[in-house]
Amino acid sequence: MNDLLNLSPDEWTAVRLSIRVATVAMFASLPVGIAVAYLLARTHFPGKSIVNGIVLLPLILPPVVTGYLLLLSFGRRGPIGAFLDQHFGIVFSFRWTGAALACAVMAFPLLVRSIRLSIEAVDRRLEDAAGTLGANPLWVFLFVTLPLILPGIIAGMILCFAKAMGEFGATITFVSNIPGETQTLPSAIYTLTQIPGGESGALRLTLVSIIISMGALLVSEFMARRVDERISA
Amino acid sequence: MSLAVDVTHRFGSFLLEARFVSEGRLTAFFGRSGSGKTSLVNIIAGVVRPDRGRIVLDDTPLVDTERGLFVPKYRRRVGYVFQEGRLFPHLTVRQNLLFGRWFTPARERHISLDQVLDLLDIGPLLDRRPGGLSGGEKQRVAIGRALLTSPRLLLMDEPLASLDDSRKEEILPFIERLRDQAQVPIVYVSHSLPEVARLATTVVVLQDGRIVATGSPTDVLGRADVIASDLAAEGGVLIEASVSGHDRAFGLTALLSRAGTFQAPHLDLPIGTPVRVRIRARDVMIATTRPDGLSALNVLSGVVRALDASGDGLIDVGLDCGGVRLAARLTRKSIAMLKLEPGREVYAVIKSVALDRETLGRAPTPVEPTSADASTSRA
Repeated sequence: MNDLLNLSPDEWTAVRLSIRVATVAMFASLPVGIAVAYLLARTHFPGKSIVNGIVLLPLILPPVVTGYLLLLSFGRRGPIGAFLDQHFGIVFSFRWTGAALACAVMAFPLLVRSIRLSIEAVDRRLEDAAGTLGANPLWVFLFVTLPLILPGIIAGMILCFAKAMGEFGATITFVSNIPGETQTLPSAIYTLTQIPGGESGALRLTLVSIIISMGALLVSEFMARRVDERISA
Repeated sequence: MSLAVDVTHRFGSFLLEARFVSEGRLTAFFGRSGSGKTSLVNIIAGVVRPDRGRIVLDDTPLVDTERGLFVPKYRRRVGYVFQEGRLFPHLTVRQNLLFGRWFTPARERHISLDQVLDLLDIGPLLDRRPGGLSGGEKQRVAIGRALLTSPRLLLMDEPLASLDDSRKEEILPFIERLRDQAQVPIVYVSHSLPEVARLATTVVVLQDGRIVATGSPTDVLGRADVIASDLAAEGGVLIEASVSGHDRAFGLTALLSRAGTFQAPHLDLPIGTPVRVRIRARDVMIATTRPDGLSALNVLSGVVRALDASGDGLIDVGLDCGGVRLAARLTRKSIAMLKLEPGREVYAVIKSVALDRETLGRAPTPVEPTSADASTSRA
């Protein structure tokens, strides 16, 4: 039992890395997620169904394919990766930032879907009312729409975080499995199951995964309930 | 203030064609559901962009499709009280009230939170959330929220429609005070004849997307042709009168009009207060000789002016009582029995209890100029 709670330094590294990757993926994709969700919920433009399809694609594609596409485009020799490297010094391939990018892309559909549904549920007549009170569209969004969709945003963020914690296929394809740099929890568990005597380590990290996921779920439930009370009370 | 509207707009198969000018303090849009009242108000507020037309408030054009002008709703400074209140559920009453004020330039704010709390009696609600308020409280907060933007025009779309009768009685006096004190011109949408008769200074009657009559309530609401048949039971005339005395012993108030003096159930208003009395045609009886041994307290002498069929075998008898027009709804049989015809001298009999709160209201009083009025009004 004692053995189950004592993580080795390498295992701790994987845990910390996973949390960092998932947190960065969640916060970095949030503004884009809200913008895309708003666009899809509220506007009509030619090619909207194609944009919708692209957003949802990572949900349906094999993760390995998504990872490979990321490698082709964001790798050092890929068109976007080369551009970012030359002009901004940003490198994704084989770095933890690449793991965060892969997680963000994989979790994006879940984030957008959750926020989009809550935007569609907002009573537009409240927004009209805010408009007649003198609020221009930006203020209406910040003071009325955003607070009303907060439960959906929180749910989306938690889904995004949980998905990022568990992401494996796209990450390992795009940034490989380098201990201390790109070896997240799932990669570490996978590696431990491949070496003799790694079972106990794999079990410890599995337990950690369960605890973190469960914790995230409880936090989201708690926050959603508090927001709900504020909105409906 | 003056509001000039001339717009055309198509909603699916419904065509709204409205053209009117009002200089009234409370302009009522009157008509049955689906006549286009709310659509017209939405166009004035800027929530809906009309296909064609012009809207000018005082000297400021809000819409002019020929010049491609459309002032967005958040720059119109037009307050809007919606039928369902539409308070923001995530904000407290205080935050709801101050929402619009925040967007109003400081030098154009001419009504304070304290004034609004006082006028609408909503001080104790400030820290509550809309979810916990009653329907009447919600509507008062919604009115306060619109007022605190210091609007140049206040639109009210059936603000009482979702309330029961006692809640309506709770809000109507506030709207009367608003009309007489707040110096904000009001456009009031309603399908309720009693409300319009009580509140309006100008009435615009809509039918199937068109305006069929515009004018003062005494002129417009007495016309049988503009009162839709489903409201026929409410048909009658509106008379201007003033409180001339109180009879405490019997709990009566005397109202002096050009047609004579009416006895009405006690009204808690000072002597001299102008009031409006709506006399429903169905509440008026006719006698050919001055009646004796009758419980009704109001007997007015007059002359039969005209006989109009009002449907269902009933006849509306038009009367002239000292220059004031009255209407009495009688059966054909009564007409035949009394041999009524134009020119005949008769007595109109009205029970005092027919003059209840439903039919009586404070008439608009002239606005006394104040410093706030002088600094903000350009009319």
